[in-house]
Amino acid sequence: MRSLMIAASAAMLALTGCATTGGPGSPGATASGSSSEGAALLPGLRGLSDPYPSTYRPLPAEDLAIVGATVMTGAGQRIENGVVVVVGGRIAAVGGADTPIPTGIRRIDAAGRFVTPGIIDAHSHLGVYPSPSVQATSDGNEATNPNTGQVWSEHSVWPQDPGFNRAREGGVTTLQILPGSANLFGGRSVTLRNVPSVSMQGMKFPEAPYGLKMACGENPSRVYGGRNQSPATGMGNMAGFRAGWIEAQNYRRRWDEYNRAVEAGEDPDPPTRDLRLETLAGVLSGDILVQNHCYRADEMMLMIDLAREFGYRITTFHHASESYKIADVLAAEGICSATWAGWWGFKMEALDGIEENAALLEAAGACTVIHSDDDTLTQRLNQEAAAALSAGRRAGLNISEEDALSWITLNAARSIGVEGQTGSLEVGKRADVVIWSANPFSIYARADQVFIDGARVHDRFDPAYQPRSDFELGQPGQEGR
Amino acid sequence: MRTLKTLAVAAAALALSTTATLAQTVAITNGRILTGSGEIARGTVVIRDGRIASVGAGVAVPAGAEVIDAQGGVVAPGFVAVDSGLGGIEVSALSDTNDLRQASNSLSAAFDLSWGLDPDSFTLPVARLGGITRAIVVPQHPGSSGGHAHEEDTAGVGEGGLHSPGLFAGQAAAIHLAEGTDILVQPRIAMVAPFGDAGAGVAGGARGAEFTLFREILREVRLYAANRAAYDRGALRDLMLSRADLEALIPVAQGRMPLIISVHRASDIRNVLRLAREENLDIILDGAEEGWRVADEIAAAGVPVLLNPLSNLPQSFEVRGATMENAARLHAAGVVIAIKGNEGSVHRARETRYNAGNAVAHGLPYEAAIAAITVNPARIFGLDDRFGGIRSGVAADVVVWTGDPLEPLSQPTAIFINGQRQSLQSRALELRDRYQVRSAMPPAYRN
Repeated sequence: MRSLMIAASAAMLALTGCATTGGPGSPGATASGSSSEGAALLPGLRGLSDPYPSTYRPLPAEDLAIVGATVMTGAGQRIENGVVVVVGGRIAAVGGADTPIPTGIRRIDAAGRFVTPGIIDAHSHLGVYPSPSVQATSDGNEATNPNTGQVWSEHSVWPQDPGFNRAREGGVTTLQILPGSANLFGGRSVTLRNVPSVSMQGMKFPEAPYGLKMACGENPSRVYGGRNQSPATGMGNMAGFRAGWIEAQNYRRRWDEYNRAVEAGEDPDPPTRDLRLETLAGVLSGDILVQNHCYRADEMMLMIDLAREFGYRITTFHHASESYKIADVLAAEGICSATWAGWWGFKMEALDGIEENAALLEAAGACTVIHSDDDTLTQRLNQEAAAALSAGRRAGLNISEEDALSWITLNAARSIGVEGQTGSLEVGKRADVVIWSANPFSIYARADQVFIDGARVHDRFDPAYQPRSDFELGQPGQEGR
Repeated sequence: MRTLKTLAVAAAALALSTTATLAQTVAITNGRILTGSGEIARGTVVIRDGRIASVGAGVAVPAGAEVIDAQGGVVAPGFVAVDSGLGGIEVSALSDTNDLRQASNSLSAAFDLSWGLDPDSFTLPVARLGGITRAIVVPQHPGSSGGHAHEEDTAGVGEGGLHSPGLFAGQAAAIHLAEGTDILVQPRIAMVAPFGDAGAGVAGGARGAEFTLFREILREVRLYAANRAAYDRGALRDLMLSRADLEALIPVAQGRMPLIISVHRASDIRNVLRLAREENLDIILDGAEEGWRVADEIAAAGVPVLLNPLSNLPQSFEVRGATMENAARLHAAGVVIAIKGNEGSVHRARETRYNAGNAVAHGLPYEAAIAAITVNPARIFGLDDRFGGIRSGVAADVVVWTGDPLEPLSQPTAIFINGQRQSLQSRALELRDRYQVRSAMPPAYRN
């Protein structure tokens, strides 16, 4: 059984991994592209949904076959002496040593090395909190109102942030850039391909769904309570959420009435567009995924009821330090938890963060993601996953490396709604691939080569593939790179 | 029922500690031993009366010794967290639980954080499970690595609430992480001062102001030291600092107390080296992200460096030359380095071993990385006659690992501090255990 060919059709891919709750409003349904998006969007808003469209085009790529490596697919398989074939920027075949390789394509000998999908960081602030960290570019938190659904993180992204390059050197090929957590409704996220570009649009992940950043807990009540405004408390947070959704429901109804009137042949005046409510209404219609910053289990339970009250779905809890306390609920609800291994204790709501959070979620069958929220940690998400795996094994949980790898690949893709396009080495998907010098669960492993859509975007041994941002040019210390 | 269970656990714990006390001699066998200065492929470590009695490949197990079989794992020295907040902070965002900073108008250099150390801090067992057995606890200042610095999570908090009253943050202390009521090893082992952007900020906004002010303060300290009686009579001219600060700075001005200088930019490092040379100061560089660019000068000055090898982003204009190769290049130039943990080495002190591993992945020799978290910190702070490394005569701070301690997949199986076997429990593990089981009763009844 040496030739383990994974030949799933692209249509089946959305059902892999922990995508067990496919259905209306699930990430799998919304990720499938603009056709379904157009149907689900408020009819009156058709054509207005993509005013800052992606101009991303894959970098020049050649077809190639990576041979001889230990392949971990991100979807739970591990293949020794494996072969990964990339044709036209897509995964064409994955299998054992006898996998047919099209004649004439470049072979990369990766014997003794490891191959994984590109790493996905489901929680990044690169570009919106860039390096250098100065007031002029500190653009991640529109902390001027508890509900700023109208702001889009893509309008704050500075593509010259050197952090994108460092993350790519750590194997990160896709990132979700989120607004900060000062507000109850912080605005829209954007998902990026991690390629150097002069514009945000040149990085924007085609057809990736938007996310709405929501934040429970201490941050909104501290920021606004500190100004003697609401929310100043946990109950104030909930009142603010509910008021926001009631407005969004009314807004949606106005557009529904307008559209019905148009369809009935009348000539009504359209309602005034409201960017803030448009984003929230996009959640209610299932087009925009809820990315919910929430640390405590009791607050997550409130957010789950809140979602039921207003008829939307939570895609992912971020930070989610106490997810392990309600792992069975999260598994049943099909909600992902994007968390850390090592971060805890920096504030009260992070007090009960434990290294085993991810492993306990995995054991409960819940969608488990390791994220960074940090320009340094994002460079080593593989190590964070290793620490989480190690803690799980210490607790007696028998989790394989190939399953733990999904925490930073396929599950991360699912948590931001792009699992139909990337996140695993499966036939038909974008060829986002990392060749590691050693097992990525080892502290000594380095990303030797990184590919995005089959294009070599980083090569540790070839300076021609070590891009520098404009900011990095001419800076002190470049002579020692 | 709950009382009975608690009693049983307590009794078991008591029995354990009694055994540990009675069994004064412990032999750890069958392990690959990292001594801090080298490696023994397979050997035995003998612990007696809290100290390392002997170590080697051919060392015999003394009669009556408690034997711990490392089962082919790794026996390593306990790690020393430098630039740490362990024991001084419980929850970073709660200022009431932070005893590492103060905003008194009349106190800077004299601030002695050893009074605020809490042996019951729940951060200590967590760090211990990362192999940390000692720490150099430092006062915080506007440029320190202490605290959770993420803008998203500190939104609205302000600039970390740090309002340092002067050029000096205060004095550091050495602690151990053993269970018990006293963790203090030595108070007032070093003075801490920020330079670079942070120091300039404290001095009024410019580097030139800080260096000038700093020299003037040293002059006043020396004047005070030579004229204490006149000062007491009110016969000395007005001085900028309080008497307590002047007293605290005398050993610094006389080169008897090391001064930890946080500094980042290459040009600032050169200026600090010059300052130390001209003023005869015993300094330790902290941060030194651009240290590699002046590595030869740092080595020639014999100045050690505390660094975080993960710093590779131009997060400010004074670290534009930051690179993952810094640790390797400084070591290659002959600089004695100590590797720090993350975020002020409190809650994430346990990541010190990963930072050392990453330095290895970026060119630092493995033995040098182990030294940078064991013997080097002890040596840098003049405590190497007491602890650091596995060698005869020093405190028995020894950790048995399932494998290479720099690998995340390795875990400790036995931890000794001062020869006393430590619990492998922590509050975090109690939480884990509570939520790993299911029962009809709520979790609050479980453990």
